Amino acid sequence: MLLEAVKLALQAIRRNALRSFLTVLGIIIGVGAVIAMVTVGNGTTARITADLAKLGTNLLFVLPGQVGPGRASSDARSFNSRDIEAMRAQLRGVQAVAPIAQKSVAVIYGTENRNTVVTGTDSAYFVAQDWALARGRGFFEGEERAGRAACVIGQTVREKLFGSADPIGQDIRVHNVSCEVIGLLEAKGQSSFGTDLDDTVLMPIRAFQRRIAGNMDIMRVYVSARNGVDTAKVQTDIERLLRERRNITTGKEDDFSVRDMKQVVQATAGATAVLTGLLGAVAAVSLLVGGIGIMNIMLVSVTERTREIGIRLAIGALEEQVLLQFLVEAMVLSLFGGIIGILLGLGLAVLATAALNVPFLVDPFIILVAFGFSAMVGVVFGYVPARRAAHLDPIQALRHE
Amino acid sequence: MPRDGEPPPPLIAFEGVSKVFGTGLAAVPALNAVDLRIDRGEFVAIMGPSGSGKSTAMNILGCLDTPTSGTYRFMGVDVGRLDRRRRALLRRRYLGFVFQGFNLLARTSAVENVELPLIYRGMAPAERRRLALGALARVGLEGREDHTPGELSGGQQQRVAIARATVTDPAVLLADEPTGNLDTRMSLEIMNLLVRLNREQGITVIMVTHEPDMAAFARRIIRFVDGRIDSDAPSERAA
Repeated sequence: MLLEAVKLALQAIRRNALRSFLTVLGIIIGVGAVIAMVTVGNGTTARITADLAKLGTNLLFVLPGQVGPGRASSDARSFNSRDIEAMRAQLRGVQAVAPIAQKSVAVIYGTENRNTVVTGTDSAYFVAQDWALARGRGFFEGEERAGRAACVIGQTVREKLFGSADPIGQDIRVHNVSCEVIGLLEAKGQSSFGTDLDDTVLMPIRAFQRRIAGNMDIMRVYVSARNGVDTAKVQTDIERLLRERRNITTGKEDDFSVRDMKQVVQATAGATAVLTGLLGAVAAVSLLVGGIGIMNIMLVSVTERTREIGIRLAIGALEEQVLLQFLVEAMVLSLFGGIIGILLGLGLAVLATAALNVPFLVDPFIILVAFGFSAMVGVVFGYVPARRAAHLDPIQALRHE
Repeated sequence: MPRDGEPPPPLIAFEGVSKVFGTGLAAVPALNAVDLRIDRGEFVAIMGPSGSGKSTAMNILGCLDTPTSGTYRFMGVDVGRLDRRRRALLRRRYLGFVFQGFNLLARTSAVENVELPLIYRGMAPAERRRLALGALARVGLEGREDHTPGELSGGQQQRVAIARATVTDPAVLLADEPTGNLDTRMSLEIMNLLVRLNREQGITVIMVTHEPDMAAFARRIIRFVDGRIDSDAPSERAA
């Protein structure tokens, strides 16, 4: 009997193909939106998690000022080279302490010209960032001390300025400074926040401070802990050291902050998950609207087919058989919508993940949920019209024109 | 149901059956204390002007409606005491319906229309296809099994409807103005078919009509006037 009901439902749906499609459009959009949102959200979370692994779980950022709502960080004192020396000398369990000073300037080679962030740092940077050179070499200690203008460039800068030519040994102009390219970094791709990590020029920090920045400030410090060392412990050590060096008395707030990269990425992943859930919930509302659409059309359909229902009742259909038929029809209809919606959502997710450069990860659970939910929408919103059909008086129904 | 040793109860027995629509001042009596008995194998025509109560009587006969007072016994069972579901079960076991407007499902082939009552009885597909083809053959529609109602003439559609009503091998065939929408030639075809079903298969046929020519095919003619039986006599054909 169930099989027959499904067959009858398919017949009825085919007879009204366009209307059936419009009826389930709400379900299609709802399910499609949920699937697309959740799939893209999962991809983003996976991407961030992968970045976390790429970064290494042992990197700490030291920034001047406090970051957060209502806190001005601009007027906080930056760090200086003696802070770096002290951290290198006094922190335990640390493999690299890299000073960072940055400025966005024009970088020119021949007729090619590009605005890029130039980072002044030293050889500890390559260790802290776990970033190897594809070609050439890093900074010599002599170059760092003497403030010689020597550059290590990222892959994007190489591509834009040199094309396919070999950059090593060439002189580029960074701001107003002529600078020999001594090394080329390996490609790193995009960060979780979408910035191109390969669009970078590194030079020894002393040269950067004197010839480009015009001051001796150090804007950030990257500290990488040794493997197996608790980053929380290193964080506390850095805080104690810097409070002492910056003469912050007990009870006063830090005028700097130490952030564990792991926490930053985890917070971002958490925010993404919340956002995914929120968007999914909004999409779920459209499923509800879609269900009401189905109920509406099924009610119209019952009225329209009153005579047909009368015939069925007169030739021997029992009430529960008519009920089942209309219920199955609503369910088949909404399942159709669900299936089309799942395919549409996956299609959208393929496009969106490709555009956002995040992995396309299908969660079978959410597909199962979407499928089950659309079946449930059919049952819940198909019940009232189906019961109305089953309770029709055959005499009245047969007289209905 | 008949028991051993007792004479079987009459197929259809009205005892003082009245039907009133509405209540109070708006009450309209449609049947007024009607007594009627129809036995197995009869071919009865019910006639009468509109509003005479013949349609109401047919609805009660068909277990689609119940009397306001009095008793309707079908094969000895008091139908008025049955709930909707039991009446539906009774209908589908013993009754076949043919309507003036054919009432076939549109865009559904003849054989599928005839199979419909069997589907609701839970019969296996192969078996019901066989029975449906047989029923269509008995009404002379071999070769038209896959035609939809739109592709058939009115007479052929009514024959599909009769095949649908008889495929379940009912005790009683209730026909409500079966020739009302047909021209004379087709009407005669249908009446001959009903006569044959009555004679060869022993199906009791009860037919409402307002055309004396058609009523003449029955063996007994009952005339309703104002909710009462005005006359009940054998037809010329029976005589």
